[in-house]
Amino acid sequence: MDSTVTTGTEENVWGGGNQPLGASYGKLMMWFFLVSDALTFSGFLAAYGFSRFKFIETWPIADEVFTHVPFFHGNYPMYYVAFMTFILIMSSVTMVLAVDAGHKLQKTKVIWYMFLTIIGGAIFVGSQAWEWATFIKGDFGALETKGGRVLQFVSADSGDRLAIRDFAETLHEERVDHEKKNGIWYYKGDALPSYSLNEVVEGVKTNPNVLIRTELINEDGHKTVLTRDETLKKLNDAVLVVEGANLVRNEYGSRLFADFFFFITGFHGFHVFSGVVINCIIFFNVILGTYERRGHYEMVEKVGLYWHFVDLVWVFVFTFFYLV
Amino acid sequence: MAHEHKLEIFRGLLKFKSNTQKIWGVLIFLTLVTIVEVGLGIAKPEALTHSYFLGMKVLNWIFIILTLVKAYYIAWDFMHLRDEKSSLRRAIVWTPIFLVAYLIFILLFEADYIYHVYSDGFVKWNF
Repeated sequence: MDSTVTTGTEENVWGGGNQPLGASYGKLMMWFFLVSDALTFSGFLAAYGFSRFKFIETWPIADEVFTHVPFFHGNYPMYYVAFMTFILIMSSVTMVLAVDAGHKLQKTKVIWYMFLTIIGGAIFVGSQAWEWATFIKGDFGALETKGGRVLQFVSADSGDRLAIRDFAETLHEERVDHEKKNGIWYYKGDALPSYSLNEVVEGVKTNPNVLIRTELINEDGHKTVLTRDETLKKLNDAVLVVEGANLVRNEYGSRLFADFFFFITGFHGFHVFSGVVINCIIFFNVILGTYERRGHYEMVEKVGLYWHFVDLVWVFVFTFFYLV
Repeated sequence: MAHEHKLEIFRGLLKFKSNTQKIWGVLIFLTLVTIVEVGLGIAKPEALTHSYFLGMKVLNWIFIILTLVKAYYIAWDFMHLRDEKSSLRRAIVWTPIFLVAYLIFILLFEADYIYHVYSDGFVKWNF
């Protein structure tokens, strides 16, 4: 309120003394920035919706992709993302408590709540890094066809997913990694997967228990599993072994799925990261007593707005990427 | 700074004694909504996944509505929009809502059109 220097006494309507929206300049600008940032995120999410509606019958099913929890083996769809959501909401609460304590000019309380907020943000960013690592590594592996479609494998007995390492044959064939030292005209060679295409194909042929699961979603909302005959026929279309995910291809299905995962959660993760950095700066300012001397804690309120916005965006990302 | 807080949520159904209490109340509410979302996402009740409303599964409508409910309470209580002037609130809320609704409408219709071109046209892409 009184952080700006007023020159003269023009505190009338046209002299700058008027606040039609009842908010200070800084707070208003933070709100306008958040509005524009919200539109950027909406652009990303709407583009995701566009691609998904375009491939509505073949899009990967999120709870089959994000099934991991750190330190636990097994299939736990969404529990970890739900935990991340809770962490972020919780750190939003400590932030709003810090703002509240700031209004009452309680310095120690502000310090503690800011500290907890930073911890929450750090846990969230760490969790997201782990999510990314798991996603990039992949766990089942798949084949890619000439048309760029992904073929996954299931067990005929149980219907569970099969990893290619479970059934691939070990063939003693020459597999050479193309490295820079081997050629003058080197541009780049593809990294070799843990099993060659031939090994996976032979593995499917010798194990009658292995069936191919295509990208197509049937009426029950499950991916279509081919019969044994169709499986053997479909094998002829395969051209590549895909493990994990990168920006070009991924073992989960549509290529765009991994691209949107990296861009949307990455852009959000970067917001959380910068939020933690800004929170740290404000945190040290609070400790140094900058706002105590200024007489108000409006900076805490402004950085709080940014932090809540990051939480708000995550609520939407959670719904559109993991739930719907 | 708006020092006086409006301490009632759910249109006055629930009144809190202090701002701190209201914050914890909103946290409990948001957590409950998230638990319901995750529960439905894991259970996927057949009644909700096999019925459609405006071309989308009822379950997905529930998710989207619950998300908007959460967004409302984060913006209104955590970001203090409840305590701001209504002119500020309207400028901040209706501008993105209008633009985003427009964007979603355009993009989803276009995507649905392309889907039909792929599925009914003479282009083979799924091979």
